[in-house]
Amino acid sequence: MFLWFHKFASPPHFYRIAGKWIPWLTALLLLLLVTGLYGGLVLAPPDYQQGDSYRIIFIHVPAAWMSLFIYVAMAFCGIVVIVWRMKLAEVVLICSAPIGASFTFLALATGSIWGKPMWGTWWVWDARLTSELILLFLYLGVIGLHNAIEDKRIAARAVAILAIVGVINVPIIHYSVEWWNSLHQGPTVTKFDKPSIHWSMLIPLLLMALAFQVYYVLALFQSCRGELLKRERNSKWVAELNGGDDV
Amino acid sequence: MSEFFAMGGYAAFVWSSYGLAAIVLWLNWYLPRRTHQQVLSQLKRRHSKQSNLDRNK
Repeated sequence: MFLWFHKFASPPHFYRIAGKWIPWLTALLLLLLVTGLYGGLVLAPPDYQQGDSYRIIFIHVPAAWMSLFIYVAMAFCGIVVIVWRMKLAEVVLICSAPIGASFTFLALATGSIWGKPMWGTWWVWDARLTSELILLFLYLGVIGLHNAIEDKRIAARAVAILAIVGVINVPIIHYSVEWWNSLHQGPTVTKFDKPSIHWSMLIPLLLMALAFQVYYVLALFQSCRGELLKRERNSKWVAELNGGDDV
Repeated sequence: MSEFFAMGGYAAFVWSSYGLAAIVLWLNWYLPRRTHQQVLSQLKRRHSKQSNLDRNK
């Protein structure tokens, strides 16, 4: 298992495998998006309180889940970077940051667009919204710190520490709607008893969540391939790659 | 059909959310792809220069 992982994590091997996966991931993503959007925008009935405006949920909630998931993934990579100095973990960590920042931005922006007709305001400084905004700044901090340090191996260790420390924000975001009074509604899916959302809305929501998950892997693979090539341009495997047509 | 696009009067809110998501996700897909291709063509140029030098030796 560890041997397999070691082989998978070597830059040339990852580069090749990721390249092979990209078309399949793209096909899977399109399939999930089409079914999820059809279920969410066409099949699901309007909400009895919010009318059709609730359909923003199919973007908002999966984006918010991804914003947390990607940060935890980055913190995990951060531990691997600090403990094992693994090159691939460095690349995955830094390539995840823009994708995570984008999902955080989407969660905030769509939440704001949803908040206007439902709450009557674009923004309130309550716990959920503020902690999610801090998450956006953490992502931007990771990107900025990485850009500021010339030596990318040192930069990777610096952003690893930032990613690990910042992970404290993740449970705060998740429990913010229970710990503090908020305009934001409580969880409707991740409750221990039955989710308080009808299956006709739950299924497209889960499909969209899966689609965003696949999208993350796809965008990550693509961006890691570019970053690996840039970092390893003087290595033997990149030269060999250029010798053949297999690029 | 027009009823579908009207979204029960919430068209501006719903479609701007979906449009924004489409733009952001497309950018995250496109920009790394372009970077990757730029690095590849740089490497190709370097490689062909190198092999020309080798030939003239």
